[in-house]
Amino acid sequence: MTTTRSLASAALLAVLASLPAVRAQDVPPDQLVKTVTLEVVELIAKDKEIQSGNRAKLVQLIDAKVLPHFNFSAMTALALGQSWNRATPEQKKRLTEEFRTLLVRTYASALAAYSEQKFDFRPLRAKPTDTDVTVQVRVLQAGAQPVPIDYSMEKTSSGWKVYDVMVGGVSLVANYRTEFNNVVRESGIDGLIKNLSTKNRSLEAPAAPAAKK
Amino acid sequence: MRARIAAAALVAALAGCASTAERDPRDPFEPLNRGIYRFNDTVDQAIAQPVARTYRRVVPGEIRDRVRNFFGNIGDFFIGVNNFLQGKFEDGVSDWARVAFNTTVGLFGIHDIASDMGYEKHNEDFGQTFGRWGAGPGPYLVLPLLGSSDLRDGIGTGIDIYADPLGEVRPYHLQYGLWALRFTQLRADLLDASRILEEASLDKYVFQRDAYLQRRRSLVYDGHPPREKDLDDKGADDDNDKKPR
Repeated sequence: MTTTRSLASAALLAVLASLPAVRAQDVPPDQLVKTVTLEVVELIAKDKEIQSGNRAKLVQLIDAKVLPHFNFSAMTALALGQSWNRATPEQKKRLTEEFRTLLVRTYASALAAYSEQKFDFRPLRAKPTDTDVTVQVRVLQAGAQPVPIDYSMEKTSSGWKVYDVMVGGVSLVANYRTEFNNVVRESGIDGLIKNLSTKNRSLEAPAAPAAKK
Repeated sequence: MRARIAAAALVAALAGCASTAERDPRDPFEPLNRGIYRFNDTVDQAIAQPVARTYRRVVPGEIRDRVRNFFGNIGDFFIGVNNFLQGKFEDGVSDWARVAFNTTVGLFGIHDIASDMGYEKHNEDFGQTFGRWGAGPGPYLVLPLLGSSDLRDGIGTGIDIYADPLGEVRPYHLQYGLWALRFTQLRADLLDASRILEEASLDKYVFQRDAYLQRRRSLVYDGHPPREKDLDDKGADDDNDKKPR
């Protein structure tokens, strides 16, 4: 009896091992959003340091778990609109890096404000052949209207990637467009790079005691 | 008289600092709006934020939930009215069911039992109703103390406040106390959001304006606004722009 069972499990193991590992690009987008969201929330809930305000550790966590699923050059290109086409490859690289840093910090702030709200993962309304979908999640909170979060995702060779996030109907990427274009009009693309990096560096040093109030 | 001269001087000064940048067609009064924005920001930092922070530190979360629910319940009646005015009868009935359950079983609204029963809270106001009837937003406006608005929503907000059941409360000092509590609760709920805005934006005024206009547009269409042409230069999707909805 026991022999048959262990034989069976050995056979099962062999079959499983021979199967190709599930590749990232095979995970459906809604499943990806759900898995990553729940995993991140659980990791934060378990981490005393993050909960007591260790921002560096939270950023680390986002870097490892969330960032691989974002397409930052697409986000930067969309936020810049037509100015993107006029940028040199080096400028594009710098812009993407700076924008990415800014977004990660914003995301960390939003996550730090999270306090046990519940998530409602909406069923995906898309055809299996679609390569550009919107994954909808709603954050539920007592006594208030649920906040919808929509992830615009595109299928790439390395799996589904987020290229825009809409919170309560506000597209993050579209919201940067006017700001970015104002700066580009006044001081060019290099001006925008400088502006972003100044902003990022000013936020990096909140520990300084002189940081007003 | 002197006040009027001062006001005229203020307007002139504000108009004088009309920036070199091209004017955004959605925001023709930008210099004036920026002036009011700075004023609001000063009041916010000097009074509203400290009060809201103290409130959040001193009052336990459980009590703040009760306060939020209480004012939410007061708002639900006219949220229902606006749903009816927009022809969304099912939503309107649901809003009034919320009022009925929360006011009675939920003890004057301090418990949002209707949400647990599946009657979801909605977000409606007169500005959205006018939008649903076809009114465009008009120029963007920053209202003193009330903040981001536009011509349509400004008129809507006027009616919202005029119609608000809180206006019926007598004696007056009780009514003013309730308004103060309501705004404190609201500001406390927005503390995280305003900190994020501060961190995320290069130009807070522009970021908040664009977010407001996007948000209102989304609300008018209950989260499903038709695609906007200039917000979508993503090459491949361009043919979608021509579809009416």
